[in-house]
Amino acid sequence: MLPEAVTKFIGASSGTTVFEVEKGAIKKFADAVDDPNPLYWDAEYARNSRYGSLITPPGFFGWPVHLAKGQTFLRSAKQEGTESEKKGELTTELAKAGYPRNLDGGIEYEFFAPVRAGDILCGSSRIKDIIEKKGTTGTLIFVITETTYTNQNGVLVAQVRATAIFR
Amino acid sequence: MAKQLYWEDVKESDEITPLPKIATTRMLVKWAGASGDFNPLHYDGTFAATQGVGKPIVHGALKRQWLIQLMTDWMGKEGILKKFSCRYRAMDHPRAMKTMFEETDGETWWCKGKVTKKHAEGDVHYVDCDIWLENGKGEVTTPGSATVILPSKG
Repeated sequence: MLPEAVTKFIGASSGTTVFEVEKGAIKKFADAVDDPNPLYWDAEYARNSRYGSLITPPGFFGWPVHLAKGQTFLRSAKQEGTESEKKGELTTELAKAGYPRNLDGGIEYEFFAPVRAGDILCGSSRIKDIIEKKGTTGTLIFVITETTYTNQNGVLVAQVRATAIFR
Repeated sequence: MAKQLYWEDVKESDEITPLPKIATTRMLVKWAGASGDFNPLHYDGTFAATQGVGKPIVHGALKRQWLIQLMTDWMGKEGILKKFSCRYRAMDHPRAMKTMFEETDGETWWCKGKVTKKHAEGDVHYVDCDIWLENGKGEVTTPGSATVILPSKG
């Protein structure tokens, strides 16, 4: 049984992050993936495309890119910030409960609108569920976080469901 | 880029053009910088050893992005990626570097996929696919699925 100090986070909002989609960040991202798609690299090609502008690869804005100020999902509760504050506290509580290590378990996206260079995105996250599963190597804790992204025009861009596994 | 794929060109059980990838320690550092995921599990061997994963592991999110590229390459510039999911079932370890820019010999990963279903809602034409990442031994470390919208010849 998970302690209440952990389960109380189910349903908790983990705040809102607002960030600008910079052209240079798109290129760095595509470069790290080694993805030469001209929609991310070639402004003129992209201008003549259906998008009329450079776009991000799908997944660009997903976790963990949206965590501003060099934060990652491992950030400790002591750091300042908004987006993963609740997740940081949750990480601390899970460590106290005997699950100090974590791994990325997987991700689900649904995309609704393209993300263009210069867009301002707003991501709102909520801890959807915390599930205990007995495995062959011991008990694993699955933390499911859902994030909704909208752009500067209030248009829904994507919904993301991420799973972190604590052990 | 390859010529545009149309919904009519695709049939169930068609193979998606495979995409090869090589993870290197250098690439993982680039990904850390580009994605903002600075978890030392991905670049610090001493830390990785304390975390029960042996040595540094490839970021799940980088494997995700390889599989997304598999789909965006295949669907072409008129295609739209509508849904995507993947699970990080097994860990992958990057190749070490031999020189500043050249990696040592080792495994090559392959992003692969197969069309599972075609369907349409009004004039929106969908293709569902199973997708996966195989390591050098041919084991699936990252299974997933994707749905794309393709243009139709009408």
